[in-house]
Amino acid sequence: MSIDLPAPTLARDGLAGIPSTDLKQTGKDFTSDQEVRWCPGCGDYAVLKAVQGFLPDLGLKRENIVFVSGIGCSSRFPYYLDTYGMHSIHGRAPAIATGLATSREDLSVWVVTGDGDALSIGGNHLIHALRRNVNMTILLFNNRIYGLTKGQYSPTSEPGKVTKSTPMGSLDTPFNPISLALGAEASFVARTIDTDRKHLTEVLRQAAAHRGTALVEIYQNCPIFNDGAFDAIKDPATKDHAVIRLEHGKPITFGPQGEHGLVRDPASGAVSVVEVDDTNRDALLVHDAHAQDPSLAFAISRLTDGGYLDRAPIGIFRQVERPTYDDQARAQLAAAAEAQGPGDLQKLLTGSDTWTIA
Amino acid sequence: MAIDGKKVEQLDRVVIRFAGDSGDGMQLTGDRFTQETAAFGNDLSTLPNFPAEIRAPQGTLPGVSSFQVHFADHDILTPGDRPDVLVAMNPAALAANIEALRPGGIVIVDSYDFTSRNLAKAGYTSSPLEDDSLADYQVHPVDLTGMTVEAVAEFGLGRKDAARAKNMFALGLLSWMYGRPTEGTTAYLEKKFASKPAIRDANLAAFKAGWNFGETTEAFAVSYEIKPAPMSQGQYRNITGNTALSYGIVAAGQQSGLPVFLGAYPITPASDILHELSKHKAFGVTTFQAEDEIAGIGAALGASFGGALGVTTTSGPGISLKSETIGLAVMIELPLVIVDVQRGGPSTGLPTKTEQSDLLQAMFGRNGEAPLPVIAPQSPADCFDAALEAARIAVTYRTPVMLLSDGYLANGSEPWQIPDVATLPRIEPDFATAPAEGETFLPYARDPETLARAWAPPGVAGLEHRIGGIEKADGTGNISYDPANHDRMVRHRAAKVDRVAESIPDLVVDDPSGDARVLVLGWGSTYGPIGAGVRAARAQGIDVAHTHLRHLNPFPRNLGEVLRAYDRVIVPEMNLGQLALLLRAQYLVDVQSYDKVTGMPFGSEELAEVVAQAVKTLDTPSLDRPRQENHR
Repeated sequence: MSIDLPAPTLARDGLAGIPSTDLKQTGKDFTSDQEVRWCPGCGDYAVLKAVQGFLPDLGLKRENIVFVSGIGCSSRFPYYLDTYGMHSIHGRAPAIATGLATSREDLSVWVVTGDGDALSIGGNHLIHALRRNVNMTILLFNNRIYGLTKGQYSPTSEPGKVTKSTPMGSLDTPFNPISLALGAEASFVARTIDTDRKHLTEVLRQAAAHRGTALVEIYQNCPIFNDGAFDAIKDPATKDHAVIRLEHGKPITFGPQGEHGLVRDPASGAVSVVEVDDTNRDALLVHDAHAQDPSLAFAISRLTDGGYLDRAPIGIFRQVERPTYDDQARAQLAAAAEAQGPGDLQKLLTGSDTWTIA
Repeated sequence: MAIDGKKVEQLDRVVIRFAGDSGDGMQLTGDRFTQETAAFGNDLSTLPNFPAEIRAPQGTLPGVSSFQVHFADHDILTPGDRPDVLVAMNPAALAANIEALRPGGIVIVDSYDFTSRNLAKAGYTSSPLEDDSLADYQVHPVDLTGMTVEAVAEFGLGRKDAARAKNMFALGLLSWMYGRPTEGTTAYLEKKFASKPAIRDANLAAFKAGWNFGETTEAFAVSYEIKPAPMSQGQYRNITGNTALSYGIVAAGQQSGLPVFLGAYPITPASDILHELSKHKAFGVTTFQAEDEIAGIGAALGASFGGALGVTTTSGPGISLKSETIGLAVMIELPLVIVDVQRGGPSTGLPTKTEQSDLLQAMFGRNGEAPLPVIAPQSPADCFDAALEAARIAVTYRTPVMLLSDGYLANGSEPWQIPDVATLPRIEPDFATAPAEGETFLPYARDPETLARAWAPPGVAGLEHRIGGIEKADGTGNISYDPANHDRMVRHRAAKVDRVAESIPDLVVDDPSGDARVLVLGWGSTYGPIGAGVRAARAQGIDVAHTHLRHLNPFPRNLGEVLRAYDRVIVPEMNLGQLALLLRAQYLVDVQSYDKVTGMPFGSEELAEVVAQAVKTLDTPSLDRPRQENHR
């Protein structure tokens, strides 16, 4: 038996229901008094700056913003923001944030996690948060290494990676976080880069506006244990050939002159890179982030190198509207209260089968 | 009162056990008999007992499911040690339960099922109905299946569906034998099968046919009367532990004004709490079936951070998985009610059987110094009050609280005098308020009386703060690795839990003569068997005192004094002496453990004998304690 659920509230902004303010806010308002203690040169600084600079743009009351993190270098993030925050335990932030977001519609809930936290010890919570589509934004800092435990390979490290725990090379096939999220029914999946502040900010803006779970993978350099992991997509000499920028509604091309493009094999559905010329210009793939079917987004995600990163698509792979778990859970409470009236405790305790001793 | 000239015998109490295949509907049969018995006004206590397998192979010993009900014209405490009446729906049910029956007891068997094939499945080489192996009992072979099929012939059901109503035939027969009212069961069947008229009519017809068979057959010459029990004035209902516990959680939400958020993963024998609470959305109760045990408690803790009453329910294996998050809750000092409906362990253990072996896990099963309050209900109905008390402590002291129920309490039932909600205690969340101009909010500043820290859910300007699992600086709650601060914070957390003792009543000892030298002390679900055992011992003229702990951490303030007032303290537990270990460690008192882990509650006669032995050997310098030596 299944029940027809109340009509889903779609086309609702991710920030709907959260108190806003007209007060002018600046990044300083969101900066706590705690000293930031990441290693010099860590990509986390850039992301922190970008987030502190971006949060005022949301126009939300600061007291209605909560950052929840797990364990790892990036998970120290909440301490540095003057919002509410919880630095929880390894891998569990999406679960904790699910309870918080479901019970509090008036909060903007953010999860800060890393590749080890989200994809290894907390993999289960991540995929279930994505399929439930709880209204929150997950920032997945992917540096492809374990930093806080001093340099073991992570679930996104390339095969053969030599680390302290893999002196003869890692034997693990890595996760592609975008492919994983798409497979977990995520309604918003994006990727950006720590050093590209403009792109990072634009992706965060769209993620915050999305109602449902938004997963944002942020490529983030660890200068101590995995330095240079993203050089190919950051180096001015190579990045134009390495970064595939996705923009909804536009043909996907890249390269200094837009000389590379993506085409899709109609038989297999796979997407590949071609050199653009007059014979294939019309066949170039036009990015459709809003397609209900995630196949295309998945095919594009597969262009990410699994080994050393020489090429990666960035931008919003997928953004579709789907009912959120928390909105629906609250709607069920409201529907029950409306149908039965507010709970009458005496009536509940008494039940229907009673007897009286006079 | 005689029915159709048949003899009616008066009894003061009866224990009936219904036993059959897992698919025979024995739990339903027992439950209906219980409801009618409750409506009749007897005091009662029940013990369902079923296998972990949903449908073990039909007709086999592992597939036997049973339901025991004890009812009386006086106040009783347990479902009874040994049945007086056994209803066995097949040879396996007979084989699995006959040993428990009292000599001279009544056996009613469905003779239809006593085929050579079924007898062999149950391990019989010859039919016990034909040899003299049941000579000690009053045996009534009745073709329950055959008569049921005949009684429902007019409704056009297939033979299999028709035969399935045999449990209602048995219920009808037993209802006649013990003069139970029938209106409730009739109404129940009409409602349950409203959409399946043929099944409804067949069950009703089988139920009536069973009653009529009792009334007319010469095989049953006697029926019995057990008068209603005198109970204090008020309105009553029958209730199981899991239902009472669920209602306690709903009530805690109402009495505190907090929305309830349950995060849970299905697990036997706790799942019924999730099922029950999911029905009460109109009370603002959110139930979240999580992807795993860890997410269940994580979501509950997240909701607590947001200002809800976070609750998670599980059994022992689930507590193992939740341990790290419980430690986080200890560190961030937020209210959280953790319900452990204990079952046989370790590992998967005995999922459907009862045990009290998670006490030390509740006390110590976390890394670091991570104390938390632990409380336990003592009877099915008491689960209501215990849940309210757990929530009171959690909210008042900003701490996770462990509530230790068990499988016996969860599924067992008893009459409950329905409380007047106006008399229930209020629970004050006492949230932090915005600091005055120029003042800074200190999330780890403590209330001088309770030592509880401020609870400041998001949404209030000026209270923005960060909490987490890294050691907190006293007052500010910022990260601190300072050695002296860590030492101080560890002690603060312990002192806060100890402080709970100031809000709990002194332990009261039941010592009618005031001269007893032996004290029996229990905790949790052993209350009934210990109470009944003590009564039985006193009936033999033995002077013994009895007391029972609800609060396991911290203990009531007068516990040490109570223990030292007796020459001998016996602690019966369904584990290998976990409370005894705590008592010895804390009070340096030579308490003596009496323990057993069979997955079944203690018998009251067994405990009466333990008491008798303890009293008899009081002046023997060296006490014989073979049980201890055997398993240590």
